[in-house]
Amino acid sequence: MTKPPVVHSKIIVLAACLLLYPLVFSDAFYRDIGVTFLLAAISASAWNIVGGYAGQVSVGHSMFYGIGAYAPLLFYQHFGWPPIAGIPIGIASSIALAVLIGAPTFRLTGHYFSMATIAVAELIRIFTGTWEFAGAAIGLQGPAVARGWWDLTFRGELPYYYIFLGVLAILLYVTYAIEQRRFGYYLRAIKAGERAARSLGAPVRETKIKALVLSATFTSVAGSLYSIKTGFIDPESGFGILVSVQMVIIAALGGAGTLFGPLVGALILIPLQTATNTWFGGSGSGLTYILYGGIIVLIARFEPGGLFELWDRIAPARWKRSHAA
Amino acid sequence: MLLLQVIVGGLLLGAIYALFSSGLTLIWGMMNFINFAHGEFVMLGMYVALLAVVWLGGGPAVFGFAAAVALFILGVVVYAGLIRHVMRGPMIAQILSTFGLALLLRYTAFFIFSANFVSLPQTSLSGTVNVGGILMPLAQLVSGVLAVALTIGLHFMLTRTAIGSKLLAVSEDRNAAMLMGIRPNRMQALAWGLSAGAGGIAGALMAISYPWSPSVGETFGLTAFVVVALGGFGSVPGALYAGLIVGLIQAVSAYWLGPIYKDIVVYALFVALLWLRPQGLMGKA
Repeated sequence: MTKPPVVHSKIIVLAACLLLYPLVFSDAFYRDIGVTFLLAAISASAWNIVGGYAGQVSVGHSMFYGIGAYAPLLFYQHFGWPPIAGIPIGIASSIALAVLIGAPTFRLTGHYFSMATIAVAELIRIFTGTWEFAGAAIGLQGPAVARGWWDLTFRGELPYYYIFLGVLAILLYVTYAIEQRRFGYYLRAIKAGERAARSLGAPVRETKIKALVLSATFTSVAGSLYSIKTGFIDPESGFGILVSVQMVIIAALGGAGTLFGPLVGALILIPLQTATNTWFGGSGSGLTYILYGGIIVLIARFEPGGLFELWDRIAPARWKRSHAA
Repeated sequence: MLLLQVIVGGLLLGAIYALFSSGLTLIWGMMNFINFAHGEFVMLGMYVALLAVVWLGGGPAVFGFAAAVALFILGVVVYAGLIRHVMRGPMIAQILSTFGLALLLRYTAFFIFSANFVSLPQTSLSGTVNVGGILMPLAQLVSGVLAVALTIGLHFMLTRTAIGSKLLAVSEDRNAAMLMGIRPNRMQALAWGLSAGAGGIAGALMAISYPWSPSVGETFGLTAFVVVALGGFGSVPGALYAGLIVGLIQAVSAYWLGPIYKDIVVYALFVALLWLRPQGLMGKA
């Protein structure tokens, strides 16, 4: 299969923009927005594999994010391990949880699946809040001082920016590879109609669980990166329902089930969120969530396919031709 | 004796759970639609009760009625403005619509009323009564009994009246109902009004005895899911039994294990139930 060169050139432009961004905007404030954007894009793209492509709308992905976020600081706190060692432990635990909950919850479809995922995530959140070993409601702290590259603890934002960008690139490549393979077709078949997919011989349950495992892996990595960078985690910022909601809204805003949808969503939402936080100061977080709610309702009501679909409909024919060429 | 008191208290709170959950189960059973903002309806009912006491004065009859009417209207507006349009859309739009609504309502309440806990000023329903050696606050007793009565009333309305038959007709076969001269949109709007109204009045009843903040909606929403999952989707009598059971389990686990564990026990029960019997304890297989 030969890919049209025009798509390649667009990706090169996008990659160049992302690579140069922190060098052009060297102010700490803008670099911080960049890092937040990348993290949001990573977790939304990870959600997208199971929530977007397979159409299984999980609203409990914070369970994997939280596990990933807790693992590095938990082992640092109790055994003095470098936080980076917690990343594989977080991944392994998230995969175990994905397999454990995937088997029974995937018997549920549609709303029921969403609800079951919320319940599991909330259960873990409340439990973590009472678990002394994990710092209970207060949470855990990471190393106070930066130690070096081997530890992934840096003082500035720049190293984190490029590490996160690398992870995002890997994730997008994996998603792209899935799109091209039989596995990707299975996922889209399940989204279009589970019974039809099964009757045509698609291994529905196996495919769903594989997708969840893959999605959980990257969500867990996103959580680990978050806690290593921030050096702090508590039940709300790890397992809170808003963590899951943010993944869903970012993917849905750009276009769930499209390769670059989560990227577009994060590109719109993260600057908007930073702006409301900055303009309204301390009371800003409340307004941010009012904004979140309003955006979600408007997308659901008017553009359930996300902004990608809107673009497809309103973009002039000339653009569409070059897009489809 | 203390345990008995805990049990009665749990059942009285469970009666209120039953009332707001019957609203959720009505929509769920009738339209196969889960309203993630249902807990927010209950929370708004509490604030409407507070505003009614401050502005109108009067007792529980006044603010209970005010909460029911205000939330009924909100339910109809939500249906007409949002739900009607996403009902036939893709699954993600259905889930996102009420999720977004929940965030919108919750954080607007935060913005207006702040995150502080508030409670209703003392009403005429103060003091305790002694029922066979068990001391119960009068307010809890009255609101619990009233909640049971309203839930049973809703059940009778759905099963014994012409309006109820029309609602059921639309839920069974929308097109056939339309051919019989029933307007599905009007009936579904009514169902949303009743559902939100039940949530609102339950909130007002709970506001008499318990302080609250805008964040209670999330807990109530999840509680309602548990109750509906336990009682069977679409079954009002199921919601009544299940509400009482959940109230009882919460009270007893708070008494034996400590207050933090009451929600853990209930959610764990819920997850176990979804796995073992996705159709609910009393639901049809």
